[in-house]
Amino acid sequence: MTPVVEVRSLTKIYPLDGGDDVVALRGVDLTIDPGEFVAVMGPSGSGKSTFMHIVGFLDRATSGSYRFAGTDVLGLDKDALADLRSRSLGFVFQAYNLLARTTAVENVELPMVYAGVPAAERHRAAMEALDAVGLAKFAHHLPNQLSGGQQQRVAIARSIVNQPHLILADEPTGALDTASSEDVMALFQRLNRERGMTVMLVTHEPDVAAHARRRVSFRDGSIVSDTLAAEKVPA
Amino acid sequence: MIGLMQTLRLALTALVRNKSRSLLTMLGVVIGVAAVIVTVAIGTGAKSSVADQINGLGSNLVVVLPGSVQTAGARSGSGGASTLTVADGLAIAKLPGVASVSPSVNVRSQIVAGGQNWQTTATGVAPSYTFVRTWTTSSGRFFTQAETQDAAKVAVLGQTVVQQLFGGTDPVGRTVLVKGVPFTVIGTMAAKGQSGTGQDQDDTVLIPYTSALQRLTGGTTIGTLMVSATDAAHIEGVQSEITALLEQRHGIVAGQPDDFSVRNLADIASAASATASILGLLLAAVAAVSLIVGGIGIMNIMLVSVTERTREIGLRVALGARSAAILRQFLIEAVVLSTGGGAIGVVLGVAGAASIALFAHWPASVPLTAVLLALAFSAAVGVFFGYWPARKAAALDPIRALRFE
Repeated sequence: MTPVVEVRSLTKIYPLDGGDDVVALRGVDLTIDPGEFVAVMGPSGSGKSTFMHIVGFLDRATSGSYRFAGTDVLGLDKDALADLRSRSLGFVFQAYNLLARTTAVENVELPMVYAGVPAAERHRAAMEALDAVGLAKFAHHLPNQLSGGQQQRVAIARSIVNQPHLILADEPTGALDTASSEDVMALFQRLNRERGMTVMLVTHEPDVAAHARRRVSFRDGSIVSDTLAAEKVPA
Repeated sequence: MIGLMQTLRLALTALVRNKSRSLLTMLGVVIGVAAVIVTVAIGTGAKSSVADQINGLGSNLVVVLPGSVQTAGARSGSGGASTLTVADGLAIAKLPGVASVSPSVNVRSQIVAGGQNWQTTATGVAPSYTFVRTWTTSSGRFFTQAETQDAAKVAVLGQTVVQQLFGGTDPVGRTVLVKGVPFTVIGTMAAKGQSGTGQDQDDTVLIPYTSALQRLTGGTTIGTLMVSATDAAHIEGVQSEITALLEQRHGIVAGQPDDFSVRNLADIASAASATASILGLLLAAVAAVSLIVGGIGIMNIMLVSVTERTREIGLRVALGARSAAILRQFLIEAVVLSTGGGAIGVVLGVAGAASIALFAHWPASVPLTAVLLALAFSAAVGVFFGYWPARKAAALDPIRALRFE
């Protein structure tokens, strides 16, 4: 089975003008297999965000190797990375990042626009994804007509609409109240269990990370623990 | 890859989201293009009315003017000498390619009819004058060859004179005094309006040239000769034949300056078109300045828009947009703004030209090429001024863009 993410000796150094370079990642090794639900934890400044950006091809590593679903990512140019993102990755952000004044279904369609999917097929797939997150009847609502939890579920529908190899969720519950957080985490668990979606969740809250079966902790640019545990089942 | 139609739709959606701002941004280009269309329309109207006036002077007209003479080293200006005679005119009439000739003897005089008087020019001409000038009578008749031979005391009045002396009532059968000599009015000419040089062509009294010479000036020299060529293609040939003939008749040897000049309307027309082309250059300058100002407005708003939508750009990149797709989206937004402004400007400009035509009685027509050129130009403005903001958008770092507040 080809791993979805296979990272070896990954480093990231931000050069500073003063001479003291900032080392964000110091030799990270990590393998994520299809169907896994991984929580990446750590305090701010631990390197977890940098790691997520590199895994999501938004940033480039300084050295090391990264194979995504068998493809050597570090050798690809910007356009190839953009195409790979549109076909194989789903992003969920803390602030939802839905386009304002754009209906839910149109927001969900957006990744397929860049993947070149025809309009009719886009609409069908977007409606199906909205159905999967339980928001089919809100398809034509605008973001400001939805609650925070609902907006985040629209964003999750957007992240799964291309049947990606990996969903990257960056603090997806950071802006939500406890009840909505539970809903969103339960949704990730369901997508992981029922659809076999591979999920990598970045969070600094242990309570949120507890929903994942595998928990990876970063500190000072290195992985300090990588454990498997029974995941928390939402109430 | 993302198609052009899809990008266009994205651009339109983004612009419609900010309706009032989009309209205000377009305003610069709208005003620029509208102003250009109106001025082009007026310019074209002016050109065509000048052309009409030149055609109105007569068909295939060649004018022979008396030339300058040299008296003890001092040269008079053109027309300063009375060198043309009736006999010259008769000789010219026999040339091949000449359809007809009318002499013209101008006598400035006070015309009196009843209690009214009016200073105007009595012009002595031949019956062929109506043909040469393509001018018809509106009432009564023109004088005949027989009346010309007899130096009859008959006159045909221009409409301005009719208005001044008879208050617009038909003067046929009445008598007017020209320099104290009574002439019977036998007809009136149709209104002809202003000449290309701004003279009122209707302010005239036409009498037989024989009557003018014998009864008013008492000489044999005439002012000008108006010659009508049989065909527009013959005009230049007729001009050189007249020159050769008159040089021979006036005994002018080679190397000596002619005491007459022969002109055709093409000379006058080319002067008019030179004026028109200067006007055109001026218009182009106005168009360029207003479109550049409009373009800077678009660039400004696009820069604001890129900053405002930084997160949206970051999101689109994260969702798989290539930087070329981002560039294209913002470039097309700028082009839609400028071309939309251009289209609104064309509509307003055409409406403005139409209302000027209606209220000012000025002929105004908008050539299709001007409309297409204005649209093409405004699209080019969008590309030119939209490129930099679009490149800025495409070059954004997605990580920073996503975090941008």
